Amino acid sequence: MKRRDEKLAVNLRDIAPEIKNIERRLFLRQGLSLGALTMLTGCDLGSGFSVQKVLDNMSKWNDGVQAAIFSPTTLAPTYPESAITKPFPFNAFYAESKAPVVNRSTYSLKLSGKIADRKPWTVADLRALPQESQITRHICVEGWSAIGKWSGVPFHIFLDRVGADKDAKYVGFKCADNYYSSIDMPTARHPQTILALDFADDELPVKYGYPMKLRVPTKLGFKNPKHIVEIFVTNDYPGGYWEDEGYNWYSGS
Amino acid sequence: MMTKPKGLPSPHPLIVRLTHWVNAFAMVLMIGSGWRIYNASPLFDFMFPRSITIGGWLGGALQWHFAAMWLLVANGLVYLIYGLWSGHLNRAMLPVSPKSFWDDSVAALNFKLAHSLGTYNAVQKVLYLGVLALGVLVVLSGLAVWKPVQFHLLASVFGGYEGARLVHFFCMAGIVAFIFVHLALVLLVPSTLLPMITGRSPASHAKPHTEAPQ
Repeated sequence: MKRRDEKLAVNLRDIAPEIKNIERRLFLRQGLSLGALTMLTGCDLGSGFSVQKVLDNMSKWNDGVQAAIFSPTTLAPTYPESAITKPFPFNAFYAESKAPVVNRSTYSLKLSGKIADRKPWTVADLRALPQESQITRHICVEGWSAIGKWSGVPFHIFLDRVGADKDAKYVGFKCADNYYSSIDMPTARHPQTILALDFADDELPVKYGYPMKLRVPTKLGFKNPKHIVEIFVTNDYPGGYWEDEGYNWYSGS
Repeated sequence: MMTKPKGLPSPHPLIVRLTHWVNAFAMVLMIGSGWRIYNASPLFDFMFPRSITIGGWLGGALQWHFAAMWLLVANGLVYLIYGLWSGHLNRAMLPVSPKSFWDDSVAALNFKLAHSLGTYNAVQKVLYLGVLALGVLVVLSGLAVWKPVQFHLLASVFGGYEGARLVHFFCMAGIVAFIFVHLALVLLVPSTLLPMITGRSPASHAKPHTEAPQ
């Protein structure tokens, strides 16, 4: 008997780390199932309760609230030329010197997804469409704001021209700097949403998104992608560069 | 008038106690995350120490702020609707006159103002009414910062988006100042803490409801 006990004791010591691991795993699983119980809704098995999940769900809920608050006819306040912020701040996920230089002669705007006419567009093609100007406030998710003047093609005119599916949920954008973002269709069709080709009456400079950027004064700055090289229409949630990190997707103003 | 057992005022009805603590929790989340959001683009020449902010990074702080706002507003509405409908607010906060506020302020600064459970002196009334007003204002200015286009009329009341940002900041500053005074007074008169949890006054502090503050 004694010998067997001793043998057993030795074996136990040998496998102690493994036992600890099993214990930890059991503890985790219990913790998770307890969490799943308290969660009540929206929990796929195994992931269970987490504060981050609650926050993500609240952010999705806020997407819906903002879509309900959004009025397709409410216009963003406009300002006189004298109110324009000079110099207008540069902002991106890289330094100003790293902004992509897009070649006008080779540039072509690709279209994809639920769009009838997907022929690519040149800058000249875009300039041939009706143009509009606006002096509006660009509000950054960080809190600062700046007033600028943008001119270009009202996006709803462009969407109609290419036969975009108006009933689709999302319009997505891919950019020359690998940035990407997406907006809801009602915002895409808002009268002040424009494909901006000019900034302050001059051709859009590299730092502000040459050759074309989306100007959406009803959304935060990061929903205004620059250097756009592809536009697509879809019902599948496309996310975005910052949205995928946790910024609220709708981010309306 | 509600009838109360003589000598045992019950100053804090259950709904007031519940909403008080839910508000305390929501306020901590809103202020802590708000400080992290402030740090992303400070209005003034200072930042809040990272360790006392909530959310880790701007995106996290925004998630906390826009989640906790629902709790703060829903809870605040429950409190206000109850307070107005039941007459609790009326009874607890009114009347208050400039003269009573002046007299009680002088008494308080001379350490001669008694803290009587169940009845608020004029200084308390003004502070509580003031922080309630700040609470309403911080929500309205917050709405203007959140939706300066959809709610542009509201934003214009605050002088536009940037004005609303400033108002939102100063409301926060006022609420934080209130919290400091509030907590300091609870430390000075600790017997006020238990009634806010249980609703009952400690026997040693029980006073007839009719007795005027000294």
